[in-house]
Amino acid sequence: MSTPEIAVDSAELVPPKRSLAEQLWSLCRRQPLGAAGGLVVVAMIAMAVFANVISPYDPEANSFEHMLSPPGADFWLGTDQFGRDIMTRIIYGARTALFVGFTAAVVGATAGLVLGVASAYFGGKFDLFFQRVMDVFMAFPLIIMALAVVAILGPGTQNVIIAITLPFIPQCARVVRSSALSIREIPYVDAARALGYGHARIILRHMAPNVVAPYLIMLTSFVGQAILLEASLSYLGLGVQEPTPAWGLMLQGGAEEYAESAPWVPVFPGLAITLAVFGFNLFGDALRDLLDPKLRSR
Amino acid sequence: MSKYILHRLLLTIPTLFGAALLVFLLMRAVPGDVCEIRLFGTGLYADQEQLDQCRDKLGLNKPMPLQFWDFVSGYFTGDLGESMWTGKPVAEEIGLRFQLSMQLAIMATAVAVIIAIPLGIISAVKQNTWIDYLVRAFSIAGIAIPSFWLGIVIILGLLIITQAWFGIPWMPPIEYVSPFEDPMENLAQLIWPAVATGYRYSAVATRMTRSALLEVLREDYVRTARAKGLLEKVIINRHALKNSLLPVVTIIALEFAFLMGGLVVTEQVFNLNGLGKLFVEAVLQHDFTLTQQLVMLVVVIFVLTNLFIDIMYAWLDPRIRYS
Repeated sequence: MSTPEIAVDSAELVPPKRSLAEQLWSLCRRQPLGAAGGLVVVAMIAMAVFANVISPYDPEANSFEHMLSPPGADFWLGTDQFGRDIMTRIIYGARTALFVGFTAAVVGATAGLVLGVASAYFGGKFDLFFQRVMDVFMAFPLIIMALAVVAILGPGTQNVIIAITLPFIPQCARVVRSSALSIREIPYVDAARALGYGHARIILRHMAPNVVAPYLIMLTSFVGQAILLEASLSYLGLGVQEPTPAWGLMLQGGAEEYAESAPWVPVFPGLAITLAVFGFNLFGDALRDLLDPKLRSR
Repeated sequence: MSKYILHRLLLTIPTLFGAALLVFLLMRAVPGDVCEIRLFGTGLYADQEQLDQCRDKLGLNKPMPLQFWDFVSGYFTGDLGESMWTGKPVAEEIGLRFQLSMQLAIMATAVAVIIAIPLGIISAVKQNTWIDYLVRAFSIAGIAIPSFWLGIVIILGLLIITQAWFGIPWMPPIEYVSPFEDPMENLAQLIWPAVATGYRYSAVATRMTRSALLEVLREDYVRTARAKGLLEKVIINRHALKNSLLPVVTIIALEFAFLMGGLVVTEQVFNLNGLGKLFVEAVLQHDFTLTQQLVMLVVVIFVLTNLFIDIMYAWLDPRIRYS
């Protein structure tokens, strides 16, 4: 903010540069929930990257002398039915969750971006046909679509990513298409065509960068959804397989059986899922407020 | 208006046909079929002849287009086929579970509405205060909590609380009782899964109520109402809320359509014998006919809900009808 005392000449109209810390602080002031979400996201990424440094035990080593130990000095969050340290498995689980979450979100949203822009760009019969195909995919509930894909490909981390990515594509394509439709009408797209550029170049270089805001919003909301979906599929026994540490998997099998005698087994992995998805959703909401001028004043 | 409805109705046909084709092909892409699972699944030995016999009986040896024709033509003759696993008519298998899932979906929607609308109103009226932040955090938490985990925590909480207060741990009954026979017993069983799913589904509706109400509160006629000195309570209840409910009703209806399919995980946790559980079993047993009909049921509910929303919109807003 410039104060009235400063003489106004053209050079002074440029807003004064603020340090990164100042900018971050003002962002936190305006978006307290978003900042909290960002903090969770950063903490999760750090947890996943440095999993082998910060976790006290081996995530896959069974230890039958420590089966179902309650939380205490040795095992902060207790151990599971195989004597594995729950905190270690939660820390390593962040790797699985983030890997699945980010891969599915980036691939799904990007494919949706390209298809959505292409559908808006070509218009006409192609658009109509494409919209009907999207209708069909959208009519399938997410979990049913994912179940069907896992049934075809079999369980496993890689197939879970495919199963989660597929239903994301039409969702993102829908949203991107509606914003791309208005961009198509802007004269510079006609100019690009008049210059003789190919369809691919116009779609990717000229139109796609202008729908980055809805793309990023969809992307962040997909990460949270993907983590949740992966957990649900793993819980049903159709997702990530033992002994890979994954939060949903930790809730499967033993968790319900031991719920009464060893409540720490089901409680902590669920908290981890909740906190992670919560963080990504808060972060995504704040991002939407910042990127979408229509919502900014709300 | 009738022309508009007819147009929308015709547009659902390609969607339904596409969905039928998609689920048909998806099922055929799964390696193995119900005969292999039944004959080899339990470690039994079976020869090729038995396998062929089983496939012949179920019509799995017919050419693909013919199988698809059998599937689709069933809708015109009213014959939905038999479950490949149990041999019972699909309509009977679904009918058995439909009541439970339908009741659960209705109860979960009721829970969602009871949570969402008051919270959304408070959040909008107290925009950018700590109450607003609290409500928003509460509703985002609803999306973040896995409903199956919430189910586990609810059961756990019930066990611990009843143990502490009454000395005997109490669990919801496992056997399904129709609400017309014993409403209390029925409620004791289904209220918990309804809360677990309802809370989750309230999240989106809360946010929608908040943002729709905020938008309406900025309209000129609300300013007029304030200028002529109406009580804030009257402005919100009589003038603003009514006009902001349309998108909220839409989102609730859409979620209801998804609830029927989305109950898969919740039914697993609470061990309820509903459509979701039937679906998981049908997929795992490669029961083609049953899976196809279940998916089509969900798709039909979804398409009809969408159609209903579109028609309602057109009825309320003539601009949509004529565009």
